[in-house]
Amino acid sequence: MMHDFAVRIGPVGFRVGSDWRAPVAALADLYRDYPAPQDGIADFTVRLFADRPWRRFIRPRVMIGGDYVLPEAAPLSLRHGLLAAEMAMNLQMALGQRRFLLLHAATVERDGRALVMTGESGAGKSTLAALLMTRGWRLMGDEFALLDPESGMVYAFPRLISLKNRAIDVMAAAAPGGRFGPLLADTPKGAIRHLVPDARSIAAMETPARPALILFPTFGHDDAAREVSPSEVFVRLTQASTNYVSLAERGFTALTRLVTTVPARAIDYPDTERAIARVEALWAAL
Amino acid sequence: MTSRYRAAPPGAIVAVRLDMLTALYHRASGQTHLLASPAPEILDALADGPLTADTLLDRLRAAYDLIDADAGALAARLEELVDTGLVERR
Repeated sequence: MMHDFAVRIGPVGFRVGSDWRAPVAALADLYRDYPAPQDGIADFTVRLFADRPWRRFIRPRVMIGGDYVLPEAAPLSLRHGLLAAEMAMNLQMALGQRRFLLLHAATVERDGRALVMTGESGAGKSTLAALLMTRGWRLMGDEFALLDPESGMVYAFPRLISLKNRAIDVMAAAAPGGRFGPLLADTPKGAIRHLVPDARSIAAMETPARPALILFPTFGHDDAAREVSPSEVFVRLTQASTNYVSLAERGFTALTRLVTTVPARAIDYPDTERAIARVEALWAAL
Repeated sequence: MTSRYRAAPPGAIVAVRLDMLTALYHRASGQTHLLASPAPEILDALADGPLTADTLLDRLRAAYDLIDADAGALAARLEELVDTGLVERR
């Protein structure tokens, strides 16, 4: 690979190799405050390459690859190279992570305790996590919560926050001093813009937190909250985990412990302000 | 000859009661099951050794004070457990 970049996000080291300079330069800039992989050894290798040799130069298209690949992955245009790099890093985690039970969830921390928010794509968990980060919470991650089967603690994975469509303007207003990546228009997921987690979240990324509340937010018309039973949480989190099956009994033990010891609520919210108010009220009542 | 049913031996499954439902990990298959009553009770009763459906019903009736024990319903639950591989019919 002609261009190369390495970074550590939480406990995970990545090396990204690319046929083109631009995606690697964008990553290096946005991740400039992050450390290098521990002992220089990456857990996962990501490759961005041209699907045909001439595609490196003519209407360039980026294929993503690495230690783990999805055979049906479609190429992205080079102007979405940053998105391709982020997707490739997520893919390596989703398919290859063995140390932690991976939950598709956004996590924030306060007073050493973690709030884990999970839900369908579009439920607003990235936006809520980013907003909470601007209001005194530490952002642990907007995509994956890493549950340690041995200790029951959640480890942070504070990659770039991926803001989509309306969330881009919401966060531009809420975090005027934030570092944003370039606006990526017309991607397969709509408009995307990355936000760099704040300095505090990056500095504390090696510190795990004890999970204290599991939240299932749904954006909609209602403003309501309800308890979620441990068995429902268990089913939802097996579905929200990308590696539950491959962790076998370690995954089962980690997840049953989580759902039997941590309370869970589902909230419906019509706007982010009321969602934040709900979160603060639920947190205060713990 | 009457069929006898036998559950996975103790140690072959890990069961955690969550609420009304019990999560169960079957070590041999690596599969996770979520069971509602009376399936966990059936597995418990069969853990010590194979039983016929009639004997099993008697044991459950005695252990759980069942007043509306129904042989047909028990047979259906047993077949479901056989399908999952948690119970063996011989």
